[in-house]
Amino acid sequence: MTGLPRNQHIVASGIVAAVGVSVAYVSYTQEPAAAFLFPRIISTVFAVLAIWTFGKAVLGKTKVGNGLDANSIRNIVPGLIVALVFVFWGAKFFGFYTASTGVFFLLLSLYDPAPHNEAKTWIKRIVISAGFLAVMYGLFAMLLSVYTPREILF
Amino acid sequence: MEFLLYFGDVFTPFNFILLLIGTIGGLILGATPGLSPTMAVALLIPFTFRLEPAQGLILLGAAYTSTVAGGAVSAILLKIPGAPANIATTLDGHTMAKKGQGAKALQLSFLASAVGGIFGVLLLIFLTPVLATWALAFGPSELFWLAILGVTVIGSLDSSSVVKGLLSGCIGLWLATIGFDDIMGAQRFIFHSSVAGGINVIPALIGLFAIPQVITMFAKGRTNLEAEVIEVERHPIKEAFSEVFRRSRALTIGTITGSIIGLIPGVGGQIAGLVAYDQSKKMSPERDKFGTGHSEGVIAAEAANNAMVGPSLVPLLTLSIPGSPTAAVLLGGLLIHGIFPGSDLFDNYPDVAWTFINSMLVGQILMCIFGLYVAGLAARVAQVPNSVMAAVVLGLAVFGSYSVQHSMGDVYVMMALGTGMFFLERFGFSAAPLVLGLILGPIAEANFVQGSMIANATSSFGQYFFSGTLNLTLIIIVVSSIGYSVWMELRSKRTVTIDESVAKEENLS
Repeated sequence: MTGLPRNQHIVASGIVAAVGVSVAYVSYTQEPAAAFLFPRIISTVFAVLAIWTFGKAVLGKTKVGNGLDANSIRNIVPGLIVALVFVFWGAKFFGFYTASTGVFFLLLSLYDPAPHNEAKTWIKRIVISAGFLAVMYGLFAMLLSVYTPREILF
Repeated sequence: MEFLLYFGDVFTPFNFILLLIGTIGGLILGATPGLSPTMAVALLIPFTFRLEPAQGLILLGAAYTSTVAGGAVSAILLKIPGAPANIATTLDGHTMAKKGQGAKALQLSFLASAVGGIFGVLLLIFLTPVLATWALAFGPSELFWLAILGVTVIGSLDSSSVVKGLLSGCIGLWLATIGFDDIMGAQRFIFHSSVAGGINVIPALIGLFAIPQVITMFAKGRTNLEAEVIEVERHPIKEAFSEVFRRSRALTIGTITGSIIGLIPGVGGQIAGLVAYDQSKKMSPERDKFGTGHSEGVIAAEAANNAMVGPSLVPLLTLSIPGSPTAAVLLGGLLIHGIFPGSDLFDNYPDVAWTFINSMLVGQILMCIFGLYVAGLAARVAQVPNSVMAAVVLGLAVFGSYSVQHSMGDVYVMMALGTGMFFLERFGFSAAPLVLGLILGPIAEANFVQGSMIANATSSFGQYFFSGTLNLTLIIIVVSSIGYSVWMELRSKRTVTIDESVAKEENLS
């Protein structure tokens, strides 16, 4: 195991261990005790296994999981930011259809290997995004009658 | 033979159209690398809200069956398995395609899938009522252990690390306790208003299966699918028919192996295909031809991965314990219609249960017929760029999660769980036990509380939960599955260590 995944394993298992210990702490301190009986059992096992995993990561004995290399992180970050902004803010602020079409177009532009300097590529991306909007509207608004937030746009 | 009474329901015009849509759609989705059967079924659940329960299940069941078979298309024509269940198909299927026998390989794979699938569904038809009657013997303590068994078996057998598999199961069980406790009337772990009502299973399933795939597609960056679709030429179907039945050894091995593996919770189609391929190779007089484009390899692998579909639903329909992630998703599809499977499913909802099972039987035949025609189109769809696929799946996940309760909270939960799961998977954690924990958590807790009350009134806690043949059998299986997985993990580590030391010695010499 190289240094990078080991550090990553320590961070990842450390977060899981922190969650496990917090859950166990809350389970054992909250009332009524009867409501937390099952969570106490679960959280005890959760915390023990999480600490075990963290210990193994610290000792460098983790054998499973390759972590993330720098290239993958570079590739993921823009798309993930777009997706998170869309879900936690954009969809509610702009309206589902506008935001999802915008995000579709953005993701297509970010990850489509076609050259950015050709007008044809951009026209193709716009057409595909418009097609996506039509399909989503047809499926959810017309077929399933799901009323999604329209907000400032659509 | 009760199932025959409900056969007509499959052929009502609307139900049959749904079956066709599920089958053809599933074949195309299955051929798309990165879209697993579980994810395809999870994304389809929101489309079943407005349907009758039986109709929704027809759509989901058809999609499940045909996505498994559809994965063979990209395995054969692109050398990219559409799903893990099709890995073994690639070994001989793609070589056959390169030799100009692509059409023959596809025909053999769909015919073998249909034979295996029909056998698997027949097993489901005849085993389920028997096991459902047997399941009446299960009381709260047995159901509690059964739920724990569901999580631990998948946690230990389905994961590459037993500890991380079990830890994933614990995370799922904890997530299931979030929200308002109906029995004691208390709020538990409500750290954000989005989870005040608990974690809804459907958005959670969509997030856990779809979002990690989306982020994985992001990770590939601006790349094109570097696979060339091999063009298929016409091949007489009659010859494929006779070839499949001439290779009856491979067909039988595949069908029986797949059916047995399907009954074991946590052991998926990937294992079924590989084990059947391996056994077929060992028992074949032409074992040297395996890997060089031998039809027996395709037949055994495809018969196995479809034969496991029916039996994998037996624990779900009889004991309400999903034996696989896809079965867990199907359970979600049942729950949204207020149907809880179990021993009384066939008494309370015989029409729903039998129409669903019958539709899977008819679906196998439709899949075989349409598979041969849709294969070419499916191979083209399989080449859809990652960028488009990621954006489409993200859009469907967001709209699908929102449509469950018209709640933005569900969308937030979906995204948070999905993003978290992607990172956890990168560090050896697994989605399957987490999902099982989330779904089985309420069953385990309700039976634990009920069992505790009975124990307080009648006997001691230990005596109630740790005595009786059924309880002890289930506990032994829980312990054995964990023990077996730990032993296998230690053995593989020892093998790796020995290999490393041999390599070091060789380097030194």
